[in-house]
Amino acid sequence: MSKAGLLLKRTIPTLAGTVAAALLLAGCGGATVNQAAAAGASGTPCGTVNVALNAWVGYTANAAVYSYIAQNKLGCTVVQKDLSEQISWQGFGSGEVDVILENWGHEDLAKQYITDQKVAVDAGPTGNEGHIGWYVPPWMVQKYPDILDSKNLNKYASLLATSESGGKGQVLDGDPAFVTNDEALVKNLGLDYKVVFSGSEAALIQSFRSAEKNKTPLLGYFYEPQWFLSEVPLKKVSLPAYTPGCDADAEKVACDYPDYKLNKVMAKKFADSGSPAAKLLKAFSWTNADQNSVATDIQGGMKPDAAAKKWVDAHPDVVAAWLK
Amino acid sequence: MSTLVRDRAPVQTGLVSVRAPRKRLSRRTLLLAGAGVVWLVGFLFLHGTATLTLPASELTDLHRSLNQFNAWVASNRADNPVFQYVFTPLRAAVDAVANLFIGIFAASSTGLRLPEIGWLGTVALLSWIAFAVGNARVALLTAAVFVFFGLQGLFTEAAYTFALVLTAVLFTLALGIPLGVLAGVYGRVAKVITPVLDFMQTLPTFVYLAPLALIFLIGPASAVIATVIYAAPPVIRLTAHGIRCIPENTREASDSLGTTGWQRLVTLQLPLARRTIVMGINQSTMAALSMVTIAALIAAPGLGQVVIRALQSLDVGTAVNAGLSIVLLAIVLDRVTTAASRRAEPGANRKRRISRRMRYIVLAVSLLVVLAIVQLSRTMLWAAAFPKDLNIGPAIVSGVSSASEWLQTNLFIFTVSFREAVTNGILNPFQSLLTETPFYVLVAVIVVAAFALGGWKLAAVTASCLAVIIYLGLWSDAMVTLAGTLVATAVVMVLGVIFGVAMGRSNKMDQLMRPMLDAGQTMPAFVYLVPFLGLFGATRFTAIIAGIIYAAPVAIKITADGIAAISPTVMEAAVSSGSTPWQVITKVQLPMARQSLALAANQGLIYVLAMVVVGALVGAGGLGYDVVAGFVQSSLFGKGLAAGLAIVFLGILLDRMTQAAAANPVRKVPSAKSPAH
Repeated sequence: MSKAGLLLKRTIPTLAGTVAAALLLAGCGGATVNQAAAAGASGTPCGTVNVALNAWVGYTANAAVYSYIAQNKLGCTVVQKDLSEQISWQGFGSGEVDVILENWGHEDLAKQYITDQKVAVDAGPTGNEGHIGWYVPPWMVQKYPDILDSKNLNKYASLLATSESGGKGQVLDGDPAFVTNDEALVKNLGLDYKVVFSGSEAALIQSFRSAEKNKTPLLGYFYEPQWFLSEVPLKKVSLPAYTPGCDADAEKVACDYPDYKLNKVMAKKFADSGSPAAKLLKAFSWTNADQNSVATDIQGGMKPDAAAKKWVDAHPDVVAAWLK
Repeated sequence: MSTLVRDRAPVQTGLVSVRAPRKRLSRRTLLLAGAGVVWLVGFLFLHGTATLTLPASELTDLHRSLNQFNAWVASNRADNPVFQYVFTPLRAAVDAVANLFIGIFAASSTGLRLPEIGWLGTVALLSWIAFAVGNARVALLTAAVFVFFGLQGLFTEAAYTFALVLTAVLFTLALGIPLGVLAGVYGRVAKVITPVLDFMQTLPTFVYLAPLALIFLIGPASAVIATVIYAAPPVIRLTAHGIRCIPENTREASDSLGTTGWQRLVTLQLPLARRTIVMGINQSTMAALSMVTIAALIAAPGLGQVVIRALQSLDVGTAVNAGLSIVLLAIVLDRVTTAASRRAEPGANRKRRISRRMRYIVLAVSLLVVLAIVQLSRTMLWAAAFPKDLNIGPAIVSGVSSASEWLQTNLFIFTVSFREAVTNGILNPFQSLLTETPFYVLVAVIVVAAFALGGWKLAAVTASCLAVIIYLGLWSDAMVTLAGTLVATAVVMVLGVIFGVAMGRSNKMDQLMRPMLDAGQTMPAFVYLVPFLGLFGATRFTAIIAGIIYAAPVAIKITADGIAAISPTVMEAAVSSGSTPWQVITKVQLPMARQSLALAANQGLIYVLAMVVVGALVGAGGLGYDVVAGFVQSSLFGKGLAAGLAIVFLGILLDRMTQAAAANPVRKVPSAKSPAH
């Protein structure tokens, strides 16, 4: 048929082009820029480290500094992969992920991947201390100083009511990935509040930002260390003090969140490989202030790599101790 | 994306229209009114009982058993034959193709990570291909847009995205066209395949993202496979449709010559269906592109990553810059595939200005130039990596950021009071009507309504969908989602009628609106979430707005097409008999475009439903929240899966009911002469 013939005729030049391009790629590649680069970059002692990049700026700060040192002081090739927390852990078994740089609790994942499947190991604390809790924007504390005590919260329930909270006060929760006992807390502390889920960290931060700017009331879940606190210094509401075991039964929690010692996790294979990057990971430890300074730089528009360089150059002793 | 291209058999209306219209109408109206009364009475007297609520952190036994999937995959990956012989080789194949394209267009695996053919080579080669399959205009567009990516400072990211979309589209076609041919030739295959395709399109992508990453591991392979699942249905449906729609007499003529089935397929059906198939390729490409941001959640490189990262740090400017690239890429792919489909049209050759021979010569010569450019960019650094100092990206970023800042500061008071009015006045009462009525009352009401609209068959389908949702343990969340979806769809329809009529009546308006509508459909929702959060806060209202932006374009387009398709003679008759424009619209155009309006409502609903998960990121709650939570928390995995299924069944229910309502209108209207779709 002539139509099929036409189709063929039209395909031929396309095919010919593709084939010619392929030949060109394979054949006359004598001195391309890529191959020159490949010749220069080979033979690093460290190899490749796959770093999971979870979704908050504090984590990015850790990852930036770790990657910067591994790349520039140890000569490793660092591959950063944007992943959610849950998915990052999946990567340990398959070799897709070697390093998680800031882990918040996640006992279920630790049990599954460290204890049961034995594909990951704890790489020690990051030195950062995590606090989770309920926070209010600073203007509210100035106007209603006693709001920082959870006993007084019911007094402000009507102030904090929104169209989402069904007549009760609103406690705004963030990303579903966050560790939270807030529904149980509201019930067990007898608070006239409803937990409303904002659905993402971006939504939570934007809500606090608008609340401070427009002086609208807001009570919400937040955590530190977090870059946003250097933009708007939220104030933490004190819930009944944490005592060990008071959060054992998720249904009956009536106390504040514990202080989290954040830690690093690495793939078992990577830990056993004897890579200098694995040693660096175990030694890596710094303070909340360190992390916040790097995170604030990144948030201010600096490239993570440049922010890391700035911090590393300013703290040669700490870095030297890590590399010992 | 326009992924819900459906080609169902036209609904049978003959049976119903035999009866006397007045009697039928009164019975249906009675049934619907009765259902409404039962609902109100149930709400007033049994308020708040048997609402089947389940707190966000609680699970049912079903959810717990679904949680086991995760552990099962982990323990079976190494030795289960399904993994050994199916999943692992499949992953290897997909990865190989993806890495090939990534190496050619985005970044080779060598130290400098430069593309094999450089940015200049990429621009030249792609423009040449656009010229070969399309025309000079789309070739110019391609070149301009790819250079603009460089100016935005996003060439590498755009090239990664292009490479992954290309991989996904190739696999989609390799799978979709044969399946579509089978479904077109054999009616039985079509029957089996259609519900599967519906399922693939309504299941939120978030639901299968985590399991796919578990099975196929993190990386390009999982992203490509997720994209294929989402993008394959349009090309399958359209291929089948194209083959099925070949005129009966043409087929008979060919059969009388004694052709075999295979000969008929190759010489008659495929060539005649070519244009429809290329349209399918176009739709699938657009669908693949809309997965870019979602696939970034499992580490697919490219523009999606930029958008996601910008969202995390609330950087509107950067998100818009990257979103703009995605929109432009969509425009290029759309125009090139559309031009290709024009070229594929039977008889298109005759209209050409230059002769075929001349064209081949031009093609060959330009190919040589392209090859020279490719070689150049393989050796010269300035042609391999886009020059960094030619960067207008920062200007775009800061411009957009300050614009969005200004909007948020100055409109906040209005937007908040508007939000409060709508939420308290409409959304909250409507939602509590749905969530606080006992479930058995509501089930009865919906089933009766379904019976009134579509008879026993529809009632049975509806009842089983509702039963599944209850079984999944997510009734209350489903009702929250339903409330938001219906409110959003109502607004979408209002916009659809207003702008659709305006566009249908005026060509100028049409030309003005089309680009904006295209942008509304292709701009990833993640991009405009942040400014909306600033304006409206983390609320269900914001989610509804996001749904409206995504769904309104399709409703407007369908309505405009329906209005524009009304025959000019009818319009002239109406005008010459002295009707005012308002009378023409309400008495002639809207009634005659009734089928288009019904289709617009149906598609609007499905599109809004597709945004349920994204809406959950800004406070929508309901099923969308469960899906997102299941994606990020392993203990909620099962619940997320169940919520995804519940969305599918809610979608089936809404789709069937709106289709039935469209097929048999409640009010009697003049029958439309021209079938709108």
